[in-house]
Amino acid sequence: MIRLISLGFFLLAWQLGAMALGPQHLPEPAQVAATFAQEWRNGDMQFNLGLTLARVLAGFSLAMVAGSALGLALGRSPALDRMLDPWLVIALNTPALVVIILAYVWGGLNEISALVAIALNKFPNAVVTLREGARALDPALDEMAHVFSFSRWRRWRDVRLPQLAPYFAAAARGGLALVWKIVLVVELMGRPNGVGFKMNMAFQLFDLRLLLAYALPFVALMVLAETFVLRPAERSASWWRRHGD
Amino acid sequence: MAIEISGLAKNFARAGGGVREVFRDFSLTLGGGRVAALLGPSGGGKSTLLRLIAGLEMPTGGSIALPIGRIGMAFQEPRLLPWRSVADNLRLAAPGLTDEALNASLAAFELDGRGGDYPGQLSLGLARRVALARAFAVEPDLLLLDEPFASLDLGLHRRLRTLLAQRISAKRMTVLIATHDLDDALLLADEVIFLGGAPAQVKRRLTIDMPRETRDENLTKLRELAPFYPSSREDDDGNSIAS
Repeated sequence: MIRLISLGFFLLAWQLGAMALGPQHLPEPAQVAATFAQEWRNGDMQFNLGLTLARVLAGFSLAMVAGSALGLALGRSPALDRMLDPWLVIALNTPALVVIILAYVWGGLNEISALVAIALNKFPNAVVTLREGARALDPALDEMAHVFSFSRWRRWRDVRLPQLAPYFAAAARGGLALVWKIVLVVELMGRPNGVGFKMNMAFQLFDLRLLLAYALPFVALMVLAETFVLRPAERSASWWRRHGD
Repeated sequence: MAIEISGLAKNFARAGGGVREVFRDFSLTLGGGRVAALLGPSGGGKSTLLRLIAGLEMPTGGSIALPIGRIGMAFQEPRLLPWRSVADNLRLAAPGLTDEALNASLAAFELDGRGGDYPGQLSLGLARRVALARAFAVEPDLLLLDEPFASLDLGLHRRLRTLLAQRISAKRMTVLIATHDLDDALLLADEVIFLGGAPAQVKRRLTIDMPRETRDENLTKLRELAPFYPSSREDDDGNSIAS
């Protein structure tokens, strides 16, 4: 309820601000809604929003799978960790923009380069989170599984993955927040479609109505994904901790 | 399942450098189908020996020979999977367990109706019983029990010891119990092996022929078999004086 009232105040402030500044600097909510409806009717909105979401999903999945695999390997092998840790520090501190430019220069302005650039930006983050998870695995439970001759599959499914689940969830939640911002920049710099491309167009035309008509639904979708998918997933990842005292 | 340990050596690296020798040229033979208690002070190598037999540690030298068979083990801590129910913890260790056998395993440790509980809902005493039920559920040829009553209060300790004595008598298997408590050894084992020194050596072996059911009432007499070992005999209030 408070959230709705708060949202109402936001719209009111926006309306008042728009009236004070004029449509050149801040279009009114109704004008943005009209632009949104127009883009929806000609299909542009669905097409670009869909493409951007697909890129978010693909880049995010790629980074999570590869990052988790390497993170687990580093967490379980101190030697490998010592060897690759400096690389990881460099990767973590390389600006997203540098990665994107390098990917486009080396790979060309194509979809693969775009996906690589998106995934590479999230990748070191997933590695670090899952490395922590692998380090936190309880050796006592592994010993128990060994004594009772658990199969390899059961050792992962029943002993290790439940311990790693909160780390996967944390990496996923942080990952989405990072990836969807990166995707826009990647599209703005090198793709002929997507929300980022549309924003570039709006920028060149100084068309704030178009900019906001694309930005707001996209932000809304990401907030919904965070609220209704990732946060519940994070909570359910450690449901068993809430049992008992 | 007989166990043949010969010339066993086990070293651990010390944190500050150097090595700690837990075993050097240690030999021990245990007959199959018997219940043996390893008795000795904490840090004296009992747990290490159990871990070596279970394959959780590799010997530095020498050999441990045991026939192929199922091993069941209860650790010092219950080591249950907190995200699995009590019943599933047993089923994961013993995949072939029928519902009937599962219920019997739980009932033997007075855990009737607890199958659906999660480990987080259990007291330490109950969790230990689940861990013991799990070790028995695999129908082991060799059962390893590492301080099965550690950090339980005296009442729970006795209760669980009685349950364990009944279960051990009901099945024929080789059992090895590591404990520092003389009474545990006297009440449960056919043979008590006293470990001492560093590196650990077998100081004495004591065979107990009395049937397990009559030992409780003869505990005072049994204690006289080991006057050299500090007993955990209880004072009038039922409190443990030494352990």
